[in-house]
Amino acid sequence: MPDDAGFRLREKPADPAPAAPAPRISWAERLRQGLARSSNQLTGSITSLFTKRRLDEDTLQDFEDILIQADLGVETAMRITDRLSEGRYGKEVSGAEVRRILAEEIEKTLQPVAQPLELDLEKKPHVILVVGVNGTGKTTTIGKLAAKLTRGGLKVTLCAGDTFRAAAVEQLKIWGERTGSEVIAKQIGADAAGLAFEAYDRAVENDSDVLIIDTAGRLQNKAELMAELEKINRVLGKREPDAPHTVLQTLDATTGQNALNQVEIFRNVSGVNGLVMTKLDGTARGGILVAIAAKHRLPVYFVGVGEGIDDLEPFKAKDFASAIAGTEAVSAP
Amino acid sequence: MFDSLQDRLGSILNGLTGRGALSDKDVSAALREVRRALLEADVSLEVVRGFTDRVREKAVGAEILKSIKPGQMVVKIVHDELVATLGETQVPIDLNAPAPVVVMMVGLQGSGKTTTSGKIAKRLTERQGKKVLMASLDTRRPAAQEQLKVLGEQTGVATLPIIAGQGPVEIAARAEQAGRLGGYDVVILDTAGRTHIDEPLMVEMADIKARTRPHEILLVADSLTGQDAVNLARSFDERVGITGIVLTRVDGDGRGGAALSMRAVTGKPIKLIGVGEKMDALEDFHPSRIADRILGMGDIVSLVEKAAENIDAEKAAAMAKKMQSGKFDLNDLADQIGQMQKMGGMGGMMGLMPGMGKMKNQMAAAGLDDKMLKRQLAIISSMTKAERANPDLLKHSRKKRIAAGSGTSAADINKLLKMHRQMADMMKSMGKGGKGGMMKQMMGGLAGKMGLPGGGMPGGMPDLSKMDPKELEALAKAAQSGGMPGMPKGLPPGFGGPGGGMPGGFPGLPGLPGKKK
Ligand SMILES: Nc1nc2c(ncn2[C@@H]2O[C@H](COP(=O)(O)OP(=O)(O)OP(=O)(O)O)[C@@H](O)[C@H]2O)c(=O)[nH]1
Ligand SMILES: [Mg+2]
Repeated sequence: MPDDAGFRLREKPADPAPAAPAPRISWAERLRQGLARSSNQLTGSITSLFTKRRLDEDTLQDFEDILIQADLGVETAMRITDRLSEGRYGKEVSGAEVRRILAEEIEKTLQPVAQPLELDLEKKPHVILVVGVNGTGKTTTIGKLAAKLTRGGLKVTLCAGDTFRAAAVEQLKIWGERTGSEVIAKQIGADAAGLAFEAYDRAVENDSDVLIIDTAGRLQNKAELMAELEKINRVLGKREPDAPHTVLQTLDATTGQNALNQVEIFRNVSGVNGLVMTKLDGTARGGILVAIAAKHRLPVYFVGVGEGIDDLEPFKAKDFASAIAGTEAVSAP
Repeated sequence: MFDSLQDRLGSILNGLTGRGALSDKDVSAALREVRRALLEADVSLEVVRGFTDRVREKAVGAEILKSIKPGQMVVKIVHDELVATLGETQVPIDLNAPAPVVVMMVGLQGSGKTTTSGKIAKRLTERQGKKVLMASLDTRRPAAQEQLKVLGEQTGVATLPIIAGQGPVEIAARAEQAGRLGGYDVVILDTAGRTHIDEPLMVEMADIKARTRPHEILLVADSLTGQDAVNLARSFDERVGITGIVLTRVDGDGRGGAALSMRAVTGKPIKLIGVGEKMDALEDFHPSRIADRILGMGDIVSLVEKAAENIDAEKAAAMAKKMQSGKFDLNDLADQIGQMQKMGGMGGMMGLMPGMGKMKNQMAAAGLDDKMLKRQLAIISSMTKAERANPDLLKHSRKKRIAAGSGTSAADINKLLKMHRQMADMMKSMGKGGKGGMMKQMMGGLAGKMGLPGGGMPGGMPDLSKMDPKELEALAKAAQSGGMPGMPKGLPPGFGGPGGGMPGGFPGLPGLPGKKK
């Protein structure tokens, strides 16, 4: 993966620069800052829970509650609480120890899915299809990803496959300009699968390494819209049997338990083989990702931590886990 | 995955029947399940705590009525408390202020502010005859201003001309001025999405408010939001003082617990809900529907309402007569399928029933989808009048002709005929059936006949046939007071209360509850 540190694309002056905090700090740091408020809450409550407290039913229940508040979901929270109690039930446990165990348990689940996005450049272009529910951050993630790839010296073509939402094409075109990538687009209402097909040919023609296809956001329970998504895969397969090589799904960190359903159905219909969790710069902790990792074992490639072009970071299990558990704040009261 | 709360409580409390009142112990056991159900529905934990405390107070010592089970009793108490928390009355957008009335939309990124702005503008223009101006203050997200402009063109609502380089506060002031000078009744300000811990942007939002003095500040929030709902609602409310909430993506299959969380921590009414991507997919908020959904009980009332809106009364009455006489030919079947399509097809109907995600996959696997509906209609429309009225005429050569005409196969036709036969049988027995039994058959039996595995729905709904008549009546009343436009009058008896219940001629609903597994 290209090293993106200290390198930014120059923006046109009329184009209000997307906010990116300067000086640049690591995503984990930013994530931690974003999570600070709720993490402090979490840390505080765990500390108060476990200072001079025996690990009994009530304590475990309170502990489970804390995980639930991070959106891990009842089942996952219970699973982790059970592990916590193994061999420790009835013993005195300190707050710091609990945080450490919590972070370890979460990390254990997430470690196998924390993988880099591998691009097979034998396939030229490597086709990335980006799917997900409305407003989860598909187009923005595409812009950020294109920036990463072009900086690494790859030639990228973008396909404005959201032919439904007003001004979706214009939105992607701006990201095309920002990243110096050609954008293949048609008018609103055009057939997305047909457009993807044409974009593939164009990407071959212009010698692109990577083709990234945007799609219209859709709720996973709309059978007809999901069928349209499937059609894109089918049509691309006519040109290149393995295309799309990567199907990325964006998940919004503020989403609760429904994110599990989202992954389940998008995976079935469109062959999702990688995830990106966006909006981790808010106070939502995205704990549902733990449940998703346990159930689907899909790689998580990136996390979105802001609206700026640089706000896409590799997913790191340890950082994510400790941000949730607040292990960095051991020195706090 | 989701068992309905009633089922869960049933297994805990069923032993109690006939024991006077709910004891502290019974209630505690029940409340553990209630708590879990609420958490699975994404209600924020702190709200769940307060809520279960209130339910405990009401439930301990409550008399168990003879006619219902303790589980149902608790569900009723929970349901009522949910409705009370969600806000009993419908609060509309308030335009009672000197024109131009400024309505400001705020919320997180991607929550649906722009789409909702367009929908509200369209609604105020068309239903209330208001002259509306929309302005996008989103100078951050690429093409956001363009997006609102396009929505304005689509809905025929004016938008403030875009001037490059202006900041959000400037644009807001310009919009307010244009609203005044242009004689507009309402000015809708669509602000950029922001996270509530982004201090500069929260300050900017407060500046916009100070500059334009909005009469309504609506928090637009995704109904799929998880535990963070309390944080975001509280933060936005503290910083600008929201006047109401608009929930979006209610057409998704989430359980919508965020509604309860946000209402509970802000005390601000949920004014509208977004139920689709189209510009008219905006509805009034009905607390009891969301309550049912949070409890995993299926949105019966809104399904009934939607059916009522789409099925014309005359046809329904005719169908009801036919049902009583036990006649049900292929013309009737075609009507049924047409009505299902009008209700948004399989997807649309399933969307109204939470917990149906799994079911839908199964249905799709069984080839039961909207394509199938289309195919069936094609088959029927390739038949002659005589054939439709009397399917027994359909012998081999006729089938061949129909298959060619409709682009299907003889097997497809046989499947359709089999389904029709079974439905006709069902109609006959329903014509004879008694009160509750009929409802049950209507809702459950046909699902099996249509080839649905198990014929049941995983989420389960309250088994109407097991409710006592009083409850059914209450349900019907609730349905009515929820506003049931165009509800056909004079339905056949046994439809659950005066004028309420399921509209006539709607037996073909697949997937409604049969027996629980
Ligand atoms: N704070 C924050 N905002 C983000 C992030 N990623 C995307 N956004 C914002 O979320 C909103 C929706 O993002 P889009 O990229 O347009 O989402 P989309 O999935 O393409 O949306 P549709 O095409 O409308 O379905 C925009 O305002 C983005 O700027 C992130 O990581 N953090
Ligand atoms: Mg998009």
